[in-house]
Amino acid sequence: MRDVVVTGIGLISCAGEGVDAHLAALTTSSPRTDLETFAPYPVHPVAAPDYDKQIAKKSDQRQMEPWQKLGCYAAGLALESAGVKEDAALKSRMHLIVAAGGGERDYAVDGQILTGLRGAENPGVFLNERLMGDLRPTLFLAQLSNLLAGNISIVHGVTGASRTFMGEESSGVDALRVAQSRIASGQNDIFLVGGAYNAERPDALLIYEMGGFLWKKPHRPVWDRPADGGGLILGSGACFLVLESREHAATRGATALASVTGITSDRHRRGPGSVGKKLQAQAAALGAKPDVVLSGATGVKGITEDEQAALKDFAPNAAVYATADVIGHTMEAQAPAGVAIAAALIAKGQASDALVTSIGHWRGEGAVRLTKAG
Amino acid sequence: MAHDKQGRPLVAVTGIGVVTSIGQGKDDTWAALTAGKSGIHRINRFPVDGLRTTIAGTIDNVQVDPFCAPMLSERLAVLAAEEAVGQSGLATADFPGALFIAVPPVEMEWPQREALAKASGQQGDVTYADVLKAASEGRFKAWHDLFIFGTVADRVADKFGTKGSPISLSTACSSGATAIQLGVEAIRRGETDAALCIGTDGSVNPESLIRFSLLSALSTQNDNPDAASKPFSKNRDGFVMGEGGAALVLENAESAKARGATILGYVLGCGEKGDGFHRTRSSPDGAPGIAAIRDALSDAGLSPDDIGYINAHGTSTPENDKMEAMSCTAVFGERMASLPISSNKSMIGHTLTAAGAVEAVMSLLTIATGRIPPTINYNVPDPAIPLDVVPNVARDASVNYVLSNSFGFGGQNTCLVFGAEPK
Repeated sequence: MRDVVVTGIGLISCAGEGVDAHLAALTTSSPRTDLETFAPYPVHPVAAPDYDKQIAKKSDQRQMEPWQKLGCYAAGLALESAGVKEDAALKSRMHLIVAAGGGERDYAVDGQILTGLRGAENPGVFLNERLMGDLRPTLFLAQLSNLLAGNISIVHGVTGASRTFMGEESSGVDALRVAQSRIASGQNDIFLVGGAYNAERPDALLIYEMGGFLWKKPHRPVWDRPADGGGLILGSGACFLVLESREHAATRGATALASVTGITSDRHRRGPGSVGKKLQAQAAALGAKPDVVLSGATGVKGITEDEQAALKDFAPNAAVYATADVIGHTMEAQAPAGVAIAAALIAKGQASDALVTSIGHWRGEGAVRLTKAG
Repeated sequence: MAHDKQGRPLVAVTGIGVVTSIGQGKDDTWAALTAGKSGIHRINRFPVDGLRTTIAGTIDNVQVDPFCAPMLSERLAVLAAEEAVGQSGLATADFPGALFIAVPPVEMEWPQREALAKASGQQGDVTYADVLKAASEGRFKAWHDLFIFGTVADRVADKFGTKGSPISLSTACSSGATAIQLGVEAIRRGETDAALCIGTDGSVNPESLIRFSLLSALSTQNDNPDAASKPFSKNRDGFVMGEGGAALVLENAESAKARGATILGYVLGCGEKGDGFHRTRSSPDGAPGIAAIRDALSDAGLSPDDIGYINAHGTSTPENDKMEAMSCTAVFGERMASLPISSNKSMIGHTLTAAGAVEAVMSLLTIATGRIPPTINYNVPDPAIPLDVVPNVARDASVNYVLSNSFGFGGQNTCLVFGAEPK
């Protein structure tokens, strides 16, 4: 098996852009929060970047909704950080795995249709007419899950081949896991992996509000929320990583920021205390001896306390940070973001053995172990 | 032989299952497919007034409640997987390996939005604030689970007892092929000895049909639904949406033989190549499609001359069929004039997320039965793409190696090679 290392990080969120902004945010009390726009639901709004810096053509920007633009932007940052942005030949054989949900809807059109349906003589016919007349033809392409990858191929020329994984938090861990396994086994040399999430959209809030998962008060640390009913705060952001084999990185003279020592991902029928046991077993399987933990804890009642208890048990001396208290909960992008921050801490010598956890708000448990690139 | 020429474990197929608009189960579907029967009909699932396209290959005899894309997609996946796992002889509720499932990207649909709007009590203009207020009451909790992206896979994983985190994936119209490719890779890595690979799509609803319609991707030849999907014909004018589910049980050939399983064929090679040219169009020179085909052949350790039949992507859009013909001609040269290539989509429509898996099943059945399914509705040949499309009538032929092509929006190109035996 070949060693897999992180050589590039692209990260953007409410904490700003790049690893330094995020490392600084680890120790600030509370991430930037918008309490007004979607009241009573707080969201952590992204610090809107100058998209021109990573998406040169305005025509490309116009083809994308915010989740895709954020993802494309972060992908560009990651390529730049890995020193491959200008290497067209390398990018043409670089593979891509994106963890994605779907894109934004046209909220005004949806509202008008819902209003009209109420009094429509023939609702089915009314729906057809309005959708045919009011939907922008290209909106579909901004919604399709695999078109974040498609846009990255177009904008950045990463064209080895792309695959898009779906499935909320788990898809982020699985994207990393499959990329890591393919590199470790020699099936491929280099990957761009990550995800993007736009929280500043009512349809995203809607799906989680139906399930009763949203926190409706000002930001409190995720660990403190279960005592008050629990809940998650969605965050807008994106994270992409360049992963490659140690040999491949060395050959091209790239700096390895950290090693990805192991990744585990699973599902089970959850019951009281089962999540903590799952995480314990995963940490043991990875041989984790973390001095730092980047937790994907959501703040949702039950699973958050479970995870906290498990961490206290197997990593009593580790510094524990909740990624959601830095960037909010970015769903598919959360595990990649945790890995990015952990790799940055290791690269700066502030940690030597890190564990990134991902306990999905509804299902799926995963963990990533990173160590010094050494 | 347990390994291929590159020393990797050989990947055998020990179970296949399929459901389409022309049949439930592989026997029915294969009989209809080789009889040249079309499953395309006028849509009666929802009103079609005001639509440019009013036909599709929907599956109307499978009931789910509530009726929506994730429920139907899950059901089609389960039907196909029951058949495939049943044939393989592996445990039906304790499948000894991973799940890779191509699922349509889901979102809440109009009946649910309407119910929320109604529950909000808003009598004036409805906005998302009203809908959110209704959602906060807790009555709609089950719809969170129903409409998040990982649920179809989670339910299928639970039912069949597959191991580890199931992968839900999309590579647009090549998704079904990618699910198989992921399974092949996992077995070759030695990560698992078995993989359940599924493609499923039950998403013919007003909005998804209209979205494709607004991109001018669909055929509008509604008058004679049977005849609308006409891949490679000069008068082709777009694809016809279809629904389907297909499942393959892949196994490490050595462990399959050791347990005495019947091997139906092998997945010998997988190839892929991204295309950064455009969101919906292929590079004009066809280079990525060509690269994906060559990659699949090389991965299989075969030369173009070994391939006896191509199961085409063949969507019936002007662009796809031209590009596919060009890519195949670039790889197979003059032989392309006589190498049979046919499109299942002429009969079952484009099953989108499921297509790559459905067509993998048909490719394996072609090898197993020595019969090539036709391209129906081929009455006006396109002189720009002279191909042997196995026009209108199935043909007997001994085929050892099949190439199956899948191409999708977003620069997705995935090709698979199946064989009766490794070379």
